[in-house]
Amino acid sequence: MSKIHVSTTVNGDAVEYLCDPRETLLDCLRDKLSLTGAKEGCGTGDCGACSVTLDGRLVCSCLVLGVEAEGKEIGTVEGIAEGDVLHPLQQKFIDYAALQCGICTPGILVAAKALLEQNPDPTEEEVRFWLAGNLCRCTGYDKIIRAVMDTARDMREAV
Amino acid sequence: MALDDRKSDGFTFVGTRPNRPDGLDKVTGRARFGADAHAPGMLHGAILRSPHAHARILRIDTSKAEALKDVKAVVTRADFSDKVEFAPGLEGDFWNILENVMAGDKALYDGHAVAAVAATSALAARDALKLIEVDYEVLPHVTDVDKAMLMDAPVIRQGAADYSVPEGMHPNVVRKHESGHGDVEAGFAEADLVIEDHFTTEATHQGYIEPHACLATLGADGKGELWCCTQGHWIVQKTCAALLGIETANLRVTASEIGGGFGGKTTVFIEPVALALSRKANKPVKLVMSRSEVFRATGPTASASMDIRIGMKKDGTLTAAQGTFRLQGGAFPGGPADFTAMCAFAPYNLPHVRQVGYDVMTNRPKQAAYRAPGSPMAAFAVESVIDELCNQLGLDPIEVRPKNASREGTKASYGPRFQRVGLVETLEAAKAHPHYTAPLKPGQGRGISCGFWFNHGGETSVSLALSEDGSAQVMVGTPDIGGSRASMALMAAEVLGIPYENIRVTIADTATLGYNDVSHGSRVTYASGLATIKAARHAVEKLCERAAKKWGIPVDAVKWENGCAVPSGPNAGEFDPLPLADITADMGRTGGPISGHFEATPEGAGVSFATHIVDAEVDPETGKTKVVRYTVVQDAGKAIHPTYVEGQFQGGAAQGIGWALNEEYIYGADGRLQNSVFLDYRIPVASDLPMIDTVIVEVPNPGHPFGVRGVGETSICPPLAAIANAVSAAAGARMRQLPMSPPRILAALKADG
Repeated sequence: MSKIHVSTTVNGDAVEYLCDPRETLLDCLRDKLSLTGAKEGCGTGDCGACSVTLDGRLVCSCLVLGVEAEGKEIGTVEGIAEGDVLHPLQQKFIDYAALQCGICTPGILVAAKALLEQNPDPTEEEVRFWLAGNLCRCTGYDKIIRAVMDTARDMREAV
Repeated sequence: MALDDRKSDGFTFVGTRPNRPDGLDKVTGRARFGADAHAPGMLHGAILRSPHAHARILRIDTSKAEALKDVKAVVTRADFSDKVEFAPGLEGDFWNILENVMAGDKALYDGHAVAAVAATSALAARDALKLIEVDYEVLPHVTDVDKAMLMDAPVIRQGAADYSVPEGMHPNVVRKHESGHGDVEAGFAEADLVIEDHFTTEATHQGYIEPHACLATLGADGKGELWCCTQGHWIVQKTCAALLGIETANLRVTASEIGGGFGGKTTVFIEPVALALSRKANKPVKLVMSRSEVFRATGPTASASMDIRIGMKKDGTLTAAQGTFRLQGGAFPGGPADFTAMCAFAPYNLPHVRQVGYDVMTNRPKQAAYRAPGSPMAAFAVESVIDELCNQLGLDPIEVRPKNASREGTKASYGPRFQRVGLVETLEAAKAHPHYTAPLKPGQGRGISCGFWFNHGGETSVSLALSEDGSAQVMVGTPDIGGSRASMALMAAEVLGIPYENIRVTIADTATLGYNDVSHGSRVTYASGLATIKAARHAVEKLCERAAKKWGIPVDAVKWENGCAVPSGPNAGEFDPLPLADITADMGRTGGPISGHFEATPEGAGVSFATHIVDAEVDPETGKTKVVRYTVVQDAGKAIHPTYVEGQFQGGAAQGIGWALNEEYIYGADGRLQNSVFLDYRIPVASDLPMIDTVIVEVPNPGHPFGVRGVGETSICPPLAAIANAVSAAAGARMRQLPMSPPRILAALKADG
């Protein structure tokens, strides 16, 4: 099967790749662009470890085909920090020990950032339901929820 | 955060909460997990799996797959070292593991590997699997533990039972455990109330978010490199070397960052297959499981069928206890029948106790360890009966438990006498916690349970090397599964007296450190921690020797204080404190590099107890249960990094909630797993859970220099029972089956009312 040429933007950089029409965006990010921050936990859109943004919208990159990225803007965990300055969520996740093994962390950070961009003052329930598509098996979510709530508070106060 | 302020315990670093050393890697996507590795010229592997629960493999024709241009190797069982013309047959555990990673003459469960392919791309490998033809003779199967013990059940494998199984039992019963003391019938005669009941739990998966993944290279020279996500790379090294018929030292295994394990990554599944493919293709091979493969072919925990009988006096005194535990461990021996039986009554001081466990084979994947294997199921059954005894005798369950609790000197139900243990302290803390007396709303119920786990020491090696600038590198061999680098650095800092930030902890590969047992048994902070402390003390001895030499005084006149060598007393002479960095700056000229080592098998792991309090709310119309409040109280011995200790408590509780309410392996009449994706095997999500409150109790373990007890596993022992007791109270009906799914709760409500 012949491959398809795709031009897209990832974390602000113009990139190109050739992909099989069956390959997912997640496969392309990881295997063709060496952006291995997004993880495959299930391949069926149930765990959220592969969360990225596609033109600003939160998606599971395992449910998007690589060819669908043509002309789009992709955001991954690798683009969250500004140079060597961590995003407040990233710093808070370290401060709160909001991760144990860390495999779900990239997806949760991408998802939480998307939440705070559209709702800077979420309730605990809103955070819990927003992150319900991101599975974490280690933490019981307690410290993750606290980290997100506290980041939102800091970011509101900083404005 | 009160622990932070309490530095009156004599510790400087231990008990503080610094950021983990690998935090930046983990929040930026830079950390390299199993599937994140690449190698030049790398091929991609894929595995063909049996669609049958039990079938004889009559023929495997791989010729069409091998004819594909992109396919570089196809492997079946004929390529492994049990091939008689190349190596003598494997025996015992190694043979069982080989049978599990690649089926021999029979496929024993849905998902059992039968062939593997390496191709130039992952898609090509998957396409090639479709061209492999396998002829099966489908055989009768059994997946239920009680049915597998019936005399007419299909036999999984003749001759798998060992000496412990009495004559007359079905060949699927492969191990029997029996222990206890006293005369249980005499004990029951003393009781005012005896309750006997039957309980079952379903198999649940560890549910780590990272599927198994590896990158293997094995050349014609018999030398190999293996990168994989594992809880213990030395066991991977030893096992793979045996299965591939090469010398252990010729296979170097590097542990990647690991995306969860919970016991499920303590053995091998795909690693030997990837090595065999690599050897055949003469190229590196990457092999990554899909989620469905993880569910179908890696270890869930055992399911259980249990009978419990307990006697109690009117004042709450337990007089006797008896339990029979049947553990379904899949198509191989190894179900934790012994642990289940031994843990069941461990929290209680019982004059008369007897427990029997049976390890039973079925046509399911080989069970693997899951966080305190066996103990949560046993606690569910035992603590449910104790709760019912309290209900019927009108007693407060939190008053009854301390009255009967195991304490220092108690003869444990499984044999030994306990050393200093903290069960009573957890019960007292639970009783004093505001949760226990908070009012409940209509439709809610409260449950408590105790839980017990042995904890483990295990073979351990640590090396600690000092640098010229006074910083230290610590090489440990236990993969960091939840922040253990931070704990190691804190313990090293405590002994050396240098800043936490100046210590780098690395998970060494198998070629650069001595043997290490797996990250299991809640052993890492205990055993690698003890080893780190002793390695640091070993380095400190050498630092003191250098100072003694410089000052011209005997070494026993030098002591180590706050990161400096100082004279041990006024008679030793007057010298200014000599900081560590001043000694290391000159070490090349004063005797050479300074390192510390520890290689041994620590034996003082120190058992651990917990008490959990749960409030559950049951919707009588739908049968849906919501956990509305949860408190974990557990003895940590000494919390090295309290935040990560809390994390272990919370994680165990959350997994327990999933196990109690929702998670189960569901098999169809055809013996196939019906729910092999996360959509259908639903683990708790953020919106299912409340905040999980924690109380760290510290009753020091006499077997560790700083008092550490393992904390990882005990946290999953009480939840099943605590939640069952809460749900039973809320529903007004005793729940005897897990998971307490809405249909089961509705059925219980209907039967009751």
